[in-house]
Parts: sequence; C-alpha cells; structure tokens
Amino acid sequence: MKITDIAIIGGGPAGLSAAIYAASLGAKATLIDDGLELGGQLIKQTHKFFGSEKQFAGIRVIEIAEKMIQDIKEYDNVEVIANATVIGYYEDEVITIVQGVNGDMLKKLKAKRIIVATGASENMLPFVNNDLPGVYGAGAVQTLMNLYGVVPGNNVLMIGAGNIGLIVSYQLLQAGIKVEAIVEALPKIGGYLVHASKIRRLGVSIYTSHTLKEVYGTDCVERAVISEINQNFEFIPGTEKELEVDTICLAVGLSPLSDMLWQTGCQMKYVPELYDYVALRDDNMKTTKDKIYIAGDVAGIEEASSAMLEGQIAGLNAAMSLGYKCDNYKEQDKKLKAELKELRDSFK
Amino acid sequence: MLERTGILTDDDLEKVIPDKKRLAKGPVVIIECFQKIPCDPCAISCKLGAIKPFKDISDLPIVDFDKFNGCGICISSCPGLAIFVIDMNYLDKKSLVKIPREMLPLPEKGEDVYALDRAGSILGKVKVARALKIKNKTSIISLEVPKSMVMKVRSIKVEGKN
Repeated sequence: MKITDIAIIGGGPAGLSAAIYAASLGAKATLIDDGLELGGQLIKQTHKFFGSEKQFAGIRVIEIAEKMIQDIKEYDNVEVIANATVIGYYEDEVITIVQGVNGDMLKKLKAKRIIVATGASENMLPFVNNDLPGVYGAGAVQTLMNLYGVVPGNNVLMIGAGNIGLIVSYQLLQAGIKVEAIVEALPKIGGYLVHASKIRRLGVSIYTSHTLKEVYGTDCVERAVISEINQNFEFIPGTEKELEVDTICLAVGLSPLSDMLWQTGCQMKYVPELYDYVALRDDNMKTTKDKIYIAGDVAGIEEASSAMLEGQIAGLNAAMSLGYKCDNYKEQDKKLKAELKELRDSFK
Repeated sequence: MLERTGILTDDDLEKVIPDKKRLAKGPVVIIECFQKIPCDPCAISCKLGAIKPFKDISDLPIVDFDKFNGCGICISSCPGLAIFVIDMNYLDKKSLVKIPREMLPLPEKGEDVYALDRAGSILGKVKVARALKIKNKTSIISLEVPKSMVMKVRSIKVEGKN
C-alpha cells in the first residue's frame, strides 16, 4: 500500500495552501481532489479578490488559483490525485479513493496525517416544482459557465443576495445572459454592497424581504412567482409577482461538507455561527483525533482568505508533528494565527 | 436604502464629494464605498497618498482632495468597482465621468453609448471620450456628459450589448 506523510482531501484554497506549506517543509503530501483540475471554487471566480494586499487583494481569483497550482507543481514531494473522491476512512489512517470518470479505479492510501479540506455543499430551498430542469445551484451555474463555457439559461432569477448570489449574477451579465431579478428573504442585502451596487446599475432589481414561492413549467422552468414576506418569513398575500424566467439559480447559503469527519469519529459540535456541525479543533486546526486536521469551509463557512490561512496553519502544524523542521516555527505559526484573527476581526 | 436596494442615497453621496470650490478646480475622485469590509487595494494603489493609508484593513477610504491629481489608477484597482473620477469643467458645456467597465466588447473612442444611473435607468446618449484598457481587465471608460448628469451617470449600455 502507498504511504504518504500527509493526505490532504480537497484541492481548493485550504487544501492547496496546506499542501504547499507542508511540502515546503519537506513533508510528502498527497493532494486528492474530485475536480478535473485543482482549485476548488477559486477557478470559477473571475472577480478581483477583496482583502488585504498581503493576501492577493486586487488580483483576480482565477489568477490566484493558477499561481497556487503552479506552486504545487514545483514540489516533487507533492503527489496530486485528481478526479478522485475519498470514500472511506479506516482508523489506522488508511483512506480509500475512487478515481476516474466512471469511478472504476479503487486506491488505498495510508497517511501519517490527514487534513480534511472538503469545503462546503450548497443549501437547497423548498418551493413548488424545485425539481424542474432549470433549477440550479449557483455552483453548478458557475461550473457550466466559467469552466465549460456552457450557457446555463437565457433569463435567470437569482435567489439570494449574499456574495455568491451577487457575484454569480454579475458573471451571468458578463456572459451576456439576462438576470431578471435577485430576491433575498432577509430585509437587507447580505453580500458586499459594492457588489450589489455594480449589479444594480446594470439594471438588475434586488428585491429584499422577498422569496421564491413557486416555479411553473411543463418540461422545464418557464415562469416563477416571487412574493414579499414578513418578519416571520411568511408570505404576504397579494404581493406575488410573476416573472418569465427559464432558470432559477439558488445561492441560499453553504453548509460544511463534513461526512468524512463524521466517519473518522472525531468530536463534532453544532455551531450556528459556523453554519452547521463542525469538528472541534484546537488553534493548530487539529481535531480531537490526533492525526486529523481540518481547514477551510469544512471547519465553518467563511471565505477564501481564511481558508488559505487555515490551510497554512494545518499544513505547518501537521508537518511539525511529523518531525519536519521549520527554522522559525514559533514566529511563523504566530504570524499566521495573528493574520487569521485580524481577518476575522475585520468582519465583526 | 443602500442596504435594501443597492442604490445609494443623496445623503450617502454627500459624504464623499468635495465642496463646490474643489469641484470647480479640476478632476475629483468619488469613492462610493460605504460599508466597512476588509479591503485595501485603493489605498495601496494610490502612490500620491490622496487615498489616505489605512490604519485598519476595514477602514473606509478617506480622500485628501489636495493631493488628488486625477490619475484614476484607483478606478481599476477597486475590487468593488466603486471608484469614479469626475471632471466638472472638462469642456465648456460638458463634464467628464470616468467609470470602471468589465463588459465586452468595450465601446470605442467617439462611440455613442447610453448613460445609465445607479439603478440602471437610461439617462440619455453620451459620447465615449476615451476607452482605456488596463492590464487587470478592469477598463476605464471616459464619458462626456451634460454637467447636470455628472453625479448621476455611473454605468453604460452599449447598443446591442449588456
């Protein structure tokens, strides 16, 4: 059986950062990702990164991904297993991996440490006919449009005015697709207001305190009914509006993708602020299982900057725990944790 | 209002425009950024210190209009596309508005385009004075607009396009 120092599950911002950091200290890292290419959600993002100049601010997110993927290639001690899903964990830190488009290749890997960086999954919304073709998650719309160059629809109703809903709306407009409106159940726009303003001035209405009630269509989405809602999120009769749309794009939040962690038996805790059950961990990102670390959205929904920092912290500390040397470990560790704290404080 | 619709109010705008005297003097930058978010590329991009260096990553940008010389580099640096430069006295009867643009194809110099306000409503046709391509793909479009429209025009619609 193949043996590696650190298996990293998930090649998004957290996983890539963890692999780069661990590899830079000499650890043998194996990065497993289910995408055809590495980068997770980063490779679908065309906007310029917010945040601090120290952490790529102002650079287009796709270019950040390209740089990290390039960095990974420069390390001989990183092996990438792409197009592969980790399907099982055994308590002696053996993981099973299914690889290939048809999932016809089964691999086993023994790892001295595991960093789970599986990210998040999109939330679904209950409404009439939510199984009609034409109802997408925002992630799927981005994958079709930005990775494969496929038009997801012609006239889109976006559900959710958080950053994902706003950013994907803008990308749809850039692709020449009509965005009929954005509806948001909360009374306020949740995403950055500068994103909202730049979409608004392209003529897209944002309806706060509104939600999707029903979708109609014979074989696919043809019309949608939205309605105003009150403070208790109940429909207000008589406020319905019918919109002619062929696509519903759901951007109604994310939940940590933590199935793997449940299986490892590490202690999980429901933390509403982190949007679901997450693994308990110390500030080195180590879970209650000594050999298992976490990083990124699986540790609680945040954004890419914090995912990268968590990845670096997990990569550094997992490598240190295996005896790899970092000349100025204390300083580096302290610096990363301080940056993460500064970033989180800035969101308060 | 801004938080419900994405459209800022006159009160919001009031906070970020300089006095009439300064407006009459030449180009000014209008930074329509009203929410504290962790983001500092504008201040870093300004080599003149006209956008004051941030103490905290979430500071709102503060402009020193005495130091501002109209260069406009910050327009394309802003990830939120919230920075505009206006020149009230560009011509006798026209003002100039510089806006960021990330839609293709770009309009060309001399082309007539629809000027849009902050809600995306058409204000009228205006002429493109310059279309400056920037390496980071946020281009800067300069528009000749009637003086009455200078605080309103913030976007464009190119015929047959977005």
